[in-house]
Amino acid sequence: MKHFVIIGATSLIAEHCARRWVTQSVRLTLVGRSATQLKRIADDLSIRSPASQVSFQILDFQDRDQIKRLVDQLFLAGTVDAVLIAHGSLPDQKSCEDDLTKVEEALLINGISPLLIAEAFAQQMAIRNSGTIAVIGSVAGDRGRRSNYVYGAAKGMVDRYLQGMRHRFAGTQVRIITIKPGPTRTPMTAAMAQAPKGMAEPEQVAEDIVAGIANGKAIIYTPGKWRLIMLIIRHLPGFIFNRMNI
Amino acid sequence: MKRESAVGFQSWGRLPLAVDRQILFRNAEELVQSISTQPAGLPYGNGRSYGDVCLAGGGQLWGMRGLDHFIAFDRTAGVLHCEAGVTLQEINQLTLSSGWFLPVTPGTQFATVGGAIANDVHGKNHHRRGNFGNHIQQLQLLRTDGSLHQCSATVESELFNATIGGMGLTGIVIAAVIQLQPVASEWLDVETIAFDTLDDFFVLSANSEADWEYTVSWIDCLAKGRGIFSRANHSPSTPPQNMTIGKPLRIPVTPPVSLINALSLRAFNPLYFYLNKYRQGRGLQHYRPFFYPLDNILEWNRLYGPKGFYQYQSVVPPSAARDATAEMLSAIAQSGMGSPLAVLKTFGKISSPGLLSFPMEGTTLALDFPNAGDKTLRLFERLDAIVRAAGGRIYPAKDARMPRDLFMSGYPRLNEFLAWRDPGIRSAIVARLFPS
Repeated sequence: MKHFVIIGATSLIAEHCARRWVTQSVRLTLVGRSATQLKRIADDLSIRSPASQVSFQILDFQDRDQIKRLVDQLFLAGTVDAVLIAHGSLPDQKSCEDDLTKVEEALLINGISPLLIAEAFAQQMAIRNSGTIAVIGSVAGDRGRRSNYVYGAAKGMVDRYLQGMRHRFAGTQVRIITIKPGPTRTPMTAAMAQAPKGMAEPEQVAEDIVAGIANGKAIIYTPGKWRLIMLIIRHLPGFIFNRMNI
Repeated sequence: MKRESAVGFQSWGRLPLAVDRQILFRNAEELVQSISTQPAGLPYGNGRSYGDVCLAGGGQLWGMRGLDHFIAFDRTAGVLHCEAGVTLQEINQLTLSSGWFLPVTPGTQFATVGGAIANDVHGKNHHRRGNFGNHIQQLQLLRTDGSLHQCSATVESELFNATIGGMGLTGIVIAAVIQLQPVASEWLDVETIAFDTLDDFFVLSANSEADWEYTVSWIDCLAKGRGIFSRANHSPSTPPQNMTIGKPLRIPVTPPVSLINALSLRAFNPLYFYLNKYRQGRGLQHYRPFFYPLDNILEWNRLYGPKGFYQYQSVVPPSAARDATAEMLSAIAQSGMGSPLAVLKTFGKISSPGLLSFPMEGTTLALDFPNAGDKTLRLFERLDAIVRAAGGRIYPAKDARMPRDLFMSGYPRLNEFLAWRDPGIRSAIVARLFPS
């Protein structure tokens, strides 16, 4: 039975990934901050898939000692086939510009925290020479933009860090996956000042993530059209880009 | 936490109605914590009601789709406990593999449990099982004063009865316990029979109700009484070869004018009638095309063009059923309006606990009409007069325009209901239909 771990398991995209995974019999460990919500999700998944084993654990995403303990303990009890690191929080760019505390919080929770967790899993997976680490980044990390560069910078750091890990594990059985969703209809994006039209549905994004993890694809843009859009945006010359209101 | 978003159309009819803001909730705790400080609003499921019953009239909607968790499922007894934002489709997908099915299902499986309770929906088996509300064992209801109520037919039963069919006006349904019905497979034994007159329809209905779980008719709204009667039972057999069920189509754009109009209707209806007459007979059908034919055409409501459409659904008591139905069909045929989507069915005697539930013993007629402005509304006034004289009523879940007096005469228990209204709920239909 495959063992999947989801960090930030109460996020909507993560929950939909879990619902896809339990369409087969799997072992699933949900990690998050709210016991009530984790239990609710774990119960729901167990009803959907009585043959799966679903459990949950509480974690303070910013506490590196807790992270280390949790990850080591997960591997004591057996192996982990894949971890999906999905937590994050979209800060309001404008209020960040007025408040350094908010900048720091956003960089810590969207950048440092997922990478500490990824590194903790990497230590264990390196020993076993097996496993997949998939982290939810964002298309926002591909190029800094005035509308969300604080969030974008954190996600950009995730992208670069995973790029390095992918280099480190090249030629091994450890897979490193960067997931870059476009704007998705989730509670996180619902507060955006101008919600972009044609946002992706979380179910669709989850489908791409689960399929990408199964294939061991290095970089997953979801929906797929963002690969092309971001290719263009990354390559626009500054004198054009800086005049665009995006 | 809660987040806001605005959407263009929020009810199924796509009529130009006031747009509401929507706050999405993900769990009961968020709701309980913030509800008593919220401005008045209305719980909102998946927006499958046709008119304004799911709207707040330019106010605030509390989006409930995030509360989509199963809480418990007893696979032996067929009792399901789930949150109110779960859709009927999600229930079918979960329960059919263990031999359980919705006890009552409307014509779309994209409705939520909360919406099915608030509108006390019915289906093709009304004559056997009554409404959705007849199968609710317990409800968890949050009032906007922050109080939580576990109510049932025996505990806080008056609040329970007001909430079933209560259009969301008694508070927010958080979760419900539903008794499902056992079924032998995903397949139905279906028989279709063409009929040429309304009298034939009534004979077919009367003769089928004892032995058939489901009965319903398509009716040709241009021909004053011809149609296709269909009746079905859940079947223990499954088809010999792998019968495929088509992938859903999606209507990708809204055409500039309604594609459903007098011209297309004259072409489609006879074709549909004779095709089905030619193919009539008995066979196995999968539950999805049988119960939810239109769910396979995603966003079919766009076919009615940018002005949207109305549905007119009435029920008239048995004594008046034959004549009133004939009169309505004749008025519709004369007008040349209407659409291929016309449904005729007899309701049985089982009454719902709901104080404002729509179904009652008699005959129900449901038809879609493209919104052609005044012309359409004038036809509805003629139909209203027939329903009123027959002692019938109109279904609020489909309605965007019925006159207040018809609502009052159709729902005699309204006064009893008013005592259970939650003052923190704001709804477009209250402003339009309730006594001021």
